[in-house]
Parts: sequence; structure tokens; C-alpha cells
Amino acid sequence: MPDQLLFAMEVMLNGLMAGVLYALVALGFVLIFKASGIFNYAQGVMALFAALTLVGLQEGQVPFAHLINAIFGTDIHHFGWHLPALVAIILTIGVMVVLAIIVEKFVLKHLVNQEPIILFMATIGLAYFLEGFGDVMWGSEIKMLDVGLPQGASFWVEENTAWLGGEGFYGFFIDKLDMVAAVVAALLVISLTIFSQYSKQGRALRAVADDHQAALSVGISLRFIWVLVWSIAGFVALVAGIMWGAKSGVQFSLSLIALKALPVLMLGGFTSIPGAIVGGLIIGVGEKLFEFTIGPMVGGATENWFAYVLALLFLVFRPQGLFGEKIIERV
Amino acid sequence: MNKMTSEGYTTADGRKIGGTLMEMKNITLRFGGVVAIKDISFDIHEGEIRAIIGPNGAGKSSMLNVISGFYVPSEGEVRFRGQKRPQMRPYQVAQQGIARTFQNIALFKGMSTLDNIMTGRITKMKSNMAQQALWWGAAQREEDEHREAVEKIIDFLEIQAIRKTPVGRLPYGLQKRVELGRALAAEPKLLLLDEPMAGMNVEEKEDMSRFILDVNDEFGTTIALIEHDMGVVMDLSDRVVVMDYGKKIGDGTPDEVRGNQEVIDAYLGVSHD
Ligand SMILES: Nc1ncnc2c1ncn2[C@@H]1O[C@H](COP(=O)(O)OP(=O)(O)OP(=O)(O)O)[C@@H](O)[C@H]1O
Ligand SMILES: [Mg+2]
Repeated sequence: MPDQLLFAMEVMLNGLMAGVLYALVALGFVLIFKASGIFNYAQGVMALFAALTLVGLQEGQVPFAHLINAIFGTDIHHFGWHLPALVAIILTIGVMVVLAIIVEKFVLKHLVNQEPIILFMATIGLAYFLEGFGDVMWGSEIKMLDVGLPQGASFWVEENTAWLGGEGFYGFFIDKLDMVAAVVAALLVISLTIFSQYSKQGRALRAVADDHQAALSVGISLRFIWVLVWSIAGFVALVAGIMWGAKSGVQFSLSLIALKALPVLMLGGFTSIPGAIVGGLIIGVGEKLFEFTIGPMVGGATENWFAYVLALLFLVFRPQGLFGEKIIERV
Repeated sequence: MNKMTSEGYTTADGRKIGGTLMEMKNITLRFGGVVAIKDISFDIHEGEIRAIIGPNGAGKSSMLNVISGFYVPSEGEVRFRGQKRPQMRPYQVAQQGIARTFQNIALFKGMSTLDNIMTGRITKMKSNMAQQALWWGAAQREEDEHREAVEKIIDFLEIQAIRKTPVGRLPYGLQKRVELGRALAAEPKLLLLDEPMAGMNVEEKEDMSRFILDVNDEFGTTIALIEHDMGVVMDLSDRVVVMDYGKKIGDGTPDEVRGNQEVIDAYLGVSHD
């Protein structure tokens, strides 16, 4: 195979991996949007908050340490323990469930039957609150996240693909972490699918996503389902936060991946889980390939805008996205 | 009908009807300035088919919505099985064994007929998430049982041919039938039907009437239904409540209300003043 083609393939593979992360964030959006018609602007911040909480718990950080020190003149930072990764992850899941309950109780419950724009604004408020709250609780410095995921390039892949090309090709250069992310994302989607198809709660979730009135009439509590989907979205945010955090550290820019999820959603459709996955992968691959092929001609940095231009084209020609249901105004 | 008491009565065709199942006492319902229901009382006996009739806007659907918890009455009390019912959310009412259909059909449009009816069994499903995750076998067995119950309903309503069809694509008449199926799947004690035959042709109406009678007869389900077609009402119901402008203007057997002057006036459109 010509080396140039192999390089292009490597770019594509790396793009796929980046796409997995976009897809994970988009998935969180879709879950909440389907079940409650809310566009959750806070999904990206939830990933940041989850990652912060995970690191904080794992490192035994004292929550609100800065605040406590400022008020009482003390100087506490850490409890002095170090939790195993799995324990910290389970505790963080618990925190995300509590967050879901709080959101339902203090926000959603009071806004039922409001216009979507009002709910959207509420989630903007939630995003800013959570961002500040995360800062106060865990501090704003950049943190390393290490839950024992493999790091660095996979030599195995490199060695076993070197034969594909000629002298100048040393095999595909792929991050191990990216491979783990892909596998985890796949497992997550499979288990979510099984859950929603075969469990009582999953069935109730699909029912609520389809029709609120009908769901109530068969005995489903909307409030319970909202807590459930926000918990699941919190869990998905945690997974995305772990992957992204392990790659580039836990910092504020993590919440900005939510912005990339927006074009992903426009591509995949706001109501389609497969759409979120495929949309994420297309954007991931597309922006890397575009940078590789066209980038040099236009001075590079195309990754900053490629996704949005692609989304814009979709908005014009196929506003419901690749898999989204056709939007028909109810009259 | 003879000797109507709260313990029960016997219909003209000799069916034995049980005691009071549900009692509406002095129900009033206001929407801002509009009074949809004005101080109405009536009861529903165990095992009977009770019709609610009246001209458009009389407040029939509102009454059904009060019973099923979708509307909160401004005044009055709802008594179920002899006890005052605290204010309940619609899903709690459903869990008590009261199932319903809607005037404007509320189905899960993206789901198949089978899935829609299966969703009707949610109140009957036991396995919780932890159980399902830990013990797949029990969950599977339960799923099979529910599936069997749903298949029986599908056979009963003669809708085998559309089992897998997304209901959004079905014609109106069949959608009404699926919605009935979903309500039946809950094995309700009380079934509330809001205009189950609206928009149907004569043949479809006959089918639907037969299903309603069979449900009542075979499972002993108590049924309260709203219907405009007087012929259907006379054929199906044991007792009829007549509403007009939010007030109750008649209550009794079909023959009794048919002879009631106020009812005749309401239906002939005698002006209200
Ligand atoms: N959610 C609501 N908000 C405001 N007003 C309402 C609401 N629901 C019903 N109403 C009003 O209450 C009155 C009774 O309406 P309802 O739907 O109960 O009548 P109906 O007897 O079922 O009529 P139809 O035969 O047309 O279905 C009407 O004036 C209606 O506009
Ligand atoms: Mg009505």
C-alpha cells in the first residue's frame, strides 16, 4: 500500500478515537433530550464536575478546603488517604445520582410544562452554578487524573501493522488510552441499549421519551424517570470526564467539549442514540482528515471550525440530522 | 333495574351488579373563570358499565380526568373502595388499578403495537434494576409471563396482524383499539374510556362495542365511558350520567334518562336562559 494512504488511514483511526469522546458527550445530551425535551447545556460541565469529584475523592482532597481555610484561618488540604480507583468511581457515581435528585427537586419539578427555552435557560444557569461549585469544592488548579488506564502508544499495534507499508512506514501510531476509550464507549452503548430494551425502568424511560401523558396513564412517575435519566447522563458524563481527563488533565477546557457535541448533535439528530455515536465518529474523523488533506493548503487550524461548518451544511440540507425524526410541528 | 342500593342491584337483563366502587362527591372544577364541573355527585358500582354523556364542552372529559388524577378538583372528594382518596398523581391512580384511554389517543407512537400493550403492564412488573442486573433468569421469566398476557390481549382484540407495526402508522380505528389493549394490559379494576368509538365507521363501532361488553363480562371489569352515539350508549350501559354546561342534569338507566325532559332539551339545543 502506498505510504501516503497509510498515513491517511492512521489519521482516520485517530480521528475515530477523538470522535468516541464527542459521541460520549453527545450521548448524554440525547438521553436527557429524549426523555424530557430539555437541551441540557450543562452536560459538558457535568463531565468536568464528575472528573473533578473523582480526582478529589481519589486523592483524599478535603471538599471546600479553600473556603474553610479562608473562613477559619486553618490550613487543611487532604485527609491523607488515597482511595482505590474503583471505590472513587463508585462514590462519584453516587455523587452524580445525588446531583440528579437535586436538579429534579430544585429545578425541573418547578418548571414542568414550561416552554423548552425556559428549561434551556435553566440548564445554562445550572452549568454556571456547577462550574463555580466545582471550583469552590475542589479548587481550580489543573489536576492529573489517573485511574490506571494505560497510557502511551501501543507498540503491539505499531509492530503488527508495520508490514503494511514500505521503508518509510513504521506501523500505525495509536494511543492505548484511545483504544480503551473506544471499547468502554462501545460497552456503555451496548449496556444502555440492553437496559432500555429489556428492563422495566428502561421501558418506562422509552415510554416517557415517547409521550408524557400516555406514560402517566400507565403508571409511570415522570419525576422518577427524570432522576433516572439525569443519573444516567451523569454516569455518561463521568465516563467522558475520565477519558478526557486521563488524556489532557482535568481542567476547565473539559467543559468546552460540550461545544463540539453541538455539531455532533446537528449531524446525528437530537433524539437518536445511534445518531450521537455515528455523528461523533464522523466529526472526529472528518476534522482530522480535513486537516490532513486540506489543512496545509489553507494554513491549518481547520479543526477549530470544520465541525461547525459541517453542522451548518446539515442544518441547511437536513435539519433533522442523519437519524433524527422528521420535525413536524404539532397543530 | 330493581332496588338500587349501595350494596348493589340487578339489571333489567338480570346481571348482578356489586356495591359502590367509586364515588364522586360534590366535585367542582374551575379553570380560572371557566367552571368545567359544577358540584357533581355520582357513583360507579362494581361490575357495571357506566356512561357519561352530554353535549360538547359539558365537562365529560374533565370528569374522567378528575377520576384518573390528571385534573385536581377545586372542591369535593373522590372516594374509592369506601375511602376518601387523597390527592394523587396520575401514575399513582394508575397503580391503584384504574386504567384509561384518551379522547385524542395518547399512544407511544414510535413503538409497535406489542410494545405499547407491553408498556401497559408496567404497574404489574416487579423486578427492579438491581434484581435484573443480578439475576437475569428471574427477570427473563417475568418478561415471558408479561409477554404471554399481552399476546392474549392481542388475540382478544383481533390485532395479530399489526403486532409489529409502529402504531403511528395505523389508521385511527386501530389506534383506538391498541389504546384499549394497553389499558387492558394493566388488568384494571376500573377502566375509563373517553369516546372509544369517536371517528369510527359502523363496523368498527360494532367491534368496539363487542370488546367492551366482553371485557366487562369476562373479566368483571368496571367500566366508565364517555360516548356521543346515543344508540351505542343505550346498548352498552347499565346506568348513565348526563352532563350539560358542567352540571349533572340526569342520572339513571338508559330508559330513565331518555325520558327525562331536561336531557331531551339539552340534546335538542333548547336555549339556556
Ligand atoms: N386544561 C384545561 N384548561 C382550561 N380549560 C379547560 C381545560 N380542560 C377543559 N377545559 C374547559 O372545560 C370545559 C369542559 O371541557 P371538557 O373537555 O371536559 O368537555 P367534554 O364534555 O369532554 O367535551 P367534548 O364532548 O367536546 O369532548 C370546556 O369549557 C373546556 O374549554
Ligand atoms: Mg371530551
